[in-house]
Amino acid sequence: MRVGVLALQGDVREHVRLLKEIGADPVAVKTREALDDVEGIVLPGGESTTIGFLLEKFELMDPLRKRIEDGMPTLGTCAGAILLASRIDGGDVPKLGVLDATMHRNAYGTQIESFEDDVDVEGAGTMHAVFIRAPIVEGVGEGVEVLATCRERPVVVRQGNVIAATFHPELADETGLHRMLLT
Amino acid sequence: MERGTVRVKRGLAEMLKGGVIMDVTNVDEAKIAAEAGAVSVMALERVPADIRAEGGVARMADLRRIEDIQAAVTIPVMAKVRIGHFVEAQVLQSIGIDFIDESEVLTPADETNHVDKWAFDVPFVCGCTDLGEALRRISEGAAMIRTKGEAGTGNVVEAVRHMRQVSKEIRALQMLRPDELPTAAKELRAPLELVQEVAGSGELPVVNFAAGGIATPADAALMMQLGCDGVFVGSGIFKSEDPDARARAIVEATTHFEDPEAVARATRGLGEAMRGQEISLLETRLQDRGW
Repeated sequence: MRVGVLALQGDVREHVRLLKEIGADPVAVKTREALDDVEGIVLPGGESTTIGFLLEKFELMDPLRKRIEDGMPTLGTCAGAILLASRIDGGDVPKLGVLDATMHRNAYGTQIESFEDDVDVEGAGTMHAVFIRAPIVEGVGEGVEVLATCRERPVVVRQGNVIAATFHPELADETGLHRMLLT
Repeated sequence: MERGTVRVKRGLAEMLKGGVIMDVTNVDEAKIAAEAGAVSVMALERVPADIRAEGGVARMADLRRIEDIQAAVTIPVMAKVRIGHFVEAQVLQSIGIDFIDESEVLTPADETNHVDKWAFDVPFVCGCTDLGEALRRISEGAAMIRTKGEAGTGNVVEAVRHMRQVSKEIRALQMLRPDELPTAAKELRAPLELVQEVAGSGELPVVNFAAGGIATPADAALMMQLGCDGVFVGSGIFKSEDPDARARAIVEATTHFEDPEAVARATRGLGEAMRGQEISLLETRLQDRGW
């Protein structure tokens, strides 16, 4: 399966490497043409405000939202998860809004509160999770399944074709969520 | 649950890749940077061009200034400490700074030792002019490297020199036989384990940004094409005619660095870049600080 990794900013290489490892055909997506050519997409970690700004600047926000709404398999990690959410801190920031959830950015605190831990993910087993200035999922809508929790908060959620993780499986070579994306 | 691990510290640097980190001296500049798409801001008392012009001892910025900037933006906030000044670093960690730059732009506090960066939960970025210097900083615990370039000059020539030097030395290591690496490590004045790692992987074990003299979108794209992971822009933005437009343009050019038409679009109508300085006429070369 030809899977795009949104490559406007962030840890694109790590996702590309993981996708190759599990036999997918990854491509970096920076343009509309590249987006039209993929069957699934990963929104990587990075800075959500930067990626959101660039999605709008390069007129990718609407076409990407349309593809996701039309059912394209989508995985967002950390910043990617934030961009997918329909509510972010209550603030008016660029977003895709395809996941019925509220994200609170940098909710654990600054970088010194960043951490790693093991989490049990329904359908993917135990996974080592790296949380970097991670967001917290404050609330999810009815159609959203919680696949994993850590420190009493949802950390992996799924709504149909959209999977969002508040941590970075790609920093710990964890392929479970990427495999889920392909199936 | 573990905090302050190597993976967590290097991980934040990974998240900054493909992005622009901008020097800011107050809340207004920090907001302009964040709205322009900066991945992080470096909170400073004075930009390097002013430090150069005004002279005197340059130290860690006033804490209130840093805290105001922390409160104003959601992106990570970095701040600089003097080389070897581990107490400035302790203080910055205590206020929850996201990243510390142990920087030659400030006046060094120790002429022999850099900060023991393993002792901190907060990640550090350090400057380098060549591979040996990069590996020495990594061996002291740096979670990210940047080329030193020559800060505050608006002249990209030194950043280019340092980036090419690091890449060239990495390529040279890849050509060596394993039994030649101990001698290479001696010549680089770097730990053998790190030299072996780089010889095997063909890249630094941490993220490497370009810094020191980047003033235009084309400068940023140049550094990206030379293989860096992202760029720091110091004086280049807020010493230019139209900082807001220039900040956005540098962010765009950093993303589409391999597309000349996109760099052209970003560059058009930006007004004047910072004036800039010829390196050979400088009284102080900041890149010579640190070892």
